Amino acid sequence: MKQKERAKKNYFKCIAQILFMLMVAVIPLLITNTYYLGNIVLIGIYSIVVIGLCLLMGYAGQVSLGHAAFYGLGAYGSGLLTVNWGWEPLPAMLAAALITALVAYVIGASTLKLREHYLALATLGAGVIVYIFFNEQVNLTGGPSGFSGIPYFTIGGWVFSSEVSYYYLVWFFVFVAVVFARNVVDSRIGRALRALHGSELAAACMGVPAYKYKIQVFVVSAVYGSVAGSLYAHYVTFISPSPFGFQASVEFVLMAAIGGLASIWGPLFGVAAVLMLTELLRAVVPILLPTAGGEFEIIFFGLILVAVMIFMPGGLTGGVKDWWVRRSHAASPGTVTDPDKAPEDILPSAGSGRLSK
Amino acid sequence: MHINELMQFLLTGLTLGGIYALIALGFVTIYTVTGHINFTQGEFVMLGALITASMVKGGTGLWAAIIASILLVGLFGALFERAVIYPARNSPVVTVIIITIGFSVAVRGVALLIWGTQSYPLPSFSSGEPLYVLGATMNKQSVWVLCLSLLAVSLLFAFFERTVMGKALKACAINRVAARLMGISPQRMSLFCFTLSAMLGALAGIVITPTTTATYDMGLMLGLKGFVAAVLGGLTSTTGAVLGGFLLGILEAMGAGLISSGYKDAISFLILLLVLLKRPEGLLGKPDGKRV
Amino acid sequence: MFRFAGKKLVLLVSLLLVLLLSAGCGGGADKSVSQGEQEKEVYKIGAIFDITGPASSLGVPERDSALLLEEQINARGGINGHPVKIVIGDNESNETKAVQVAKKLIEVDKVLAIAGPSTTGTSMAIVDTAQKNQVPLVSAAAGVSIVNPIDQRQWVFKTAQNDSVVVEKIIDYLGTIGAKKVAFLSMNNAYGDSGRKGFAEAAPKAGLEIVAEEKFGATDNDMTAQLTRIKSKQPEVVIVWAIPPSASIVTKNYRQLKIDAPLIHSHGIGNKTFIDLAGDAANDVIFPAGKLLVAENLPDNDPQKEVLVKYAADYEKKYSQPRSTFGGHGWDAVSMIVAALEKAGPDRAKIRDELEKTQNFAGISGVFNMSPQDHSGLTTDALVMLKIVDGKWTLLK
Repeated sequence: MKQKERAKKNYFKCIAQILFMLMVAVIPLLITNTYYLGNIVLIGIYSIVVIGLCLLMGYAGQVSLGHAAFYGLGAYGSGLLTVNWGWEPLPAMLAAALITALVAYVIGASTLKLREHYLALATLGAGVIVYIFFNEQVNLTGGPSGFSGIPYFTIGGWVFSSEVSYYYLVWFFVFVAVVFARNVVDSRIGRALRALHGSELAAACMGVPAYKYKIQVFVVSAVYGSVAGSLYAHYVTFISPSPFGFQASVEFVLMAAIGGLASIWGPLFGVAAVLMLTELLRAVVPILLPTAGGEFEIIFFGLILVAVMIFMPGGLTGGVKDWWVRRSHAASPGTVTDPDKAPEDILPSAGSGRLSK
Repeated sequence: MHINELMQFLLTGLTLGGIYALIALGFVTIYTVTGHINFTQGEFVMLGALITASMVKGGTGLWAAIIASILLVGLFGALFERAVIYPARNSPVVTVIIITIGFSVAVRGVALLIWGTQSYPLPSFSSGEPLYVLGATMNKQSVWVLCLSLLAVSLLFAFFERTVMGKALKACAINRVAARLMGISPQRMSLFCFTLSAMLGALAGIVITPTTTATYDMGLMLGLKGFVAAVLGGLTSTTGAVLGGFLLGILEAMGAGLISSGYKDAISFLILLLVLLKRPEGLLGKPDGKRV
Repeated sequence: MFRFAGKKLVLLVSLLLVLLLSAGCGGGADKSVSQGEQEKEVYKIGAIFDITGPASSLGVPERDSALLLEEQINARGGINGHPVKIVIGDNESNETKAVQVAKKLIEVDKVLAIAGPSTTGTSMAIVDTAQKNQVPLVSAAAGVSIVNPIDQRQWVFKTAQNDSVVVEKIIDYLGTIGAKKVAFLSMNNAYGDSGRKGFAEAAPKAGLEIVAEEKFGATDNDMTAQLTRIKSKQPEVVIVWAIPPSASIVTKNYRQLKIDAPLIHSHGIGNKTFIDLAGDAANDVIFPAGKLLVAENLPDNDPQKEVLVKYAADYEKKYSQPRSTFGGHGWDAVSMIVAALEKAGPDRAKIRDELEKTQNFAGISGVFNMSPQDHSGLTTDALVMLKIVDGKWTLLK
């Protein structure tokens, strides 16, 4: 590995992170309309879930169709601990994350040994069970009617009640999520998982404990969901089971796929693209067709996803990156810009939605 | 607990099971031949139901509407394969799963646009008093569900065993490369099995509509249950899919009847997970050594 | 590999965040609604309904009714000369979307008040938003928790009959037929749950015994198992708390199992869809409903009759759709806001005060009498018991 290449890459990473921070910091000064700011808060919350999901889908090659359950466990954990037992929001968030991690560990330990679609099915089942639990434990969770009166997020007397302050809180968490995910990807686990993606058998022969690493990534990705759920609960201050059902799990998968699996920035783009497009359609469609409701959003959402997956299997970020690679190839034929890239990644047919970091 | 109550749960379970079995067969057909899991299966069910219901509403005869609708949905399945699955045929499992989920979302949206959110009724295939079996009741439509699903299964079996096309499909399922060497085009097979699955799904949707009515979002839950049934049966076995479907239906009805109506889905999913832990290859699937 | 970049950046961003938090909070309170400019301008009223998604059978007639009212008001010259604009928002039967749409109506469209949403779930989701932003909210949903506890709901009103009122009406009816053993079957969502809670609370006080309590999922295809359990408990009467299409499936299963006990539904089946879907099975179903369904058959001295007949005729003429009590809830929500706006002028706080003073307001769902203690304002007088005979609603004496 050439030191210079690495240093250059890291330099770009730094620039990207600083630019990201600046953008996040400046947005509330430009957007004073708290409605739009509220949308960006939601983008942040969903991004945290989706970053976790991308770690799982992109690096461990497993689909989770039950991530809304982890998101819900975080929300209910925070909500119940703060409302019923008077906990502070921060310790409640940590406790909820711990519970979620345990649940994820049990699910993962029993199913990650199996093939891809078994985790999909197991998480789907777990999602359904958790959702039913929220609905049925009426005395604890308020049942289908949900429960309100969740306090605002507080850290040591500072109350995050205004939209602007919540914006900074959520995006601070997003930033931490990105940095942490980056470290996971660059760690031994990340490298091992990429090896697994190439050939599970070969990796196993080299002594990569695939199963162990997959569980770890699965638990981390569940914790991401839980933290986002806690943030959601303190933001909306009312929760009921419906935002944590199967449909939400599917939406998370779709956002992850649109943004680009196996990429750290992809989730942000994916979530932002989906939510902003929804907003745009909500604004434009009624002008063209006054009686139309939400159906157009759904159709576009689905079709765009299909198109992205067929034509840009690496999602939006992957698509842009491919284009960039191809362009620089055209500019200077013969130079390999990215030595980390396995040859198959450059073949169009490989389309695995997998990038090398 | 009386015997007639148990009998009632069993009959209810069998009816539900017949539907799940039909949907599960669609999953299995596609999975064995192409190796893909098609989450659009539920939308075939919905399309079959809604097309038939609106044709009957428009004055078409019931049976004509049923046949036309099955053919239309079959055509839709073929188009879906050509337009969406074919371009992505070399993508990994995860990508194709996501594509089919995305497409099902889009199809649901289009159905919402065309049919709105109303429910559409369909008359029962034959009228008359319900049947009584050991003190339990079973309406005529349930009999239709059972008979038609059994008929579909037997036809499918005959097709796989007795026709060249069916044998070619089976060959693809057993060894795609070898099948290709023998001159069987996997792409044609893929096209064919999507068409077949779409028709199976449509049939499931049509037979259940007289009891449940048809809505644009009915495919979601039915598709999921069909998937569960298919995995329960091993994903690669037609008999397994049928068994899985009936097992799931009965589990659900018994769960609701004997334990708790609120927790019935949780119970069936829990049992599913336990089965998977004990026998990851499903009840009738063959272990394929892909466990790590 | 250099890892230190991440840590330094975390430090840096924390610093930046602290700086901006203090700056951001100063600019956060944006009170740009100047009263003077709104003179001679369009009065904007927000309306959020569950137009798509599972609750759309409620949301669509509500939206249509709101638009019908807008048209009629503007045709007669608006409110005190000001034209009215109803800004419709669709929450897609989704709670998170409901909050988003509510914020949009408040922040972007700067509406004076909000009517809707259609269901208890979506209404509960935006109660806090309305309270926080001090915007009057008149929900078209039924759950008591929307307006209770009242000290945390100063800005929130609702037009659909409280579940407790409906429960009371059903219990009155059970008294007249002398039934004591009751089985209760509810849809497992906020609507069914609210009815279940209300009934479980009121039943023992009325000397009723609940012999069976069952639930089914909103997307379930068959409720025979639950009904079989109910049948084995031999109740004298069965109450089902659900909305179509599930309510229709239950009814079909009920007839199939040949359960003899009378079948009582909730007000959730007060639209033609129920009868269309259940077919013959719907006959003999008894349920409480607003007077709209039988408007023409009401005695002439009924205070609501004139309003009801006119609304039904206008609605059916404009949309060629049968009337729906949900549409009525939406109509009431908007027209109550309009009445308050007429007296108070374009000021959110004054509109709220006027809403709370609403007295003898003959709406579609009943005659409303609001007070600081009661933000729903209806009694059992708002309801009648109906029976379905030959596929038609008939008034039960």
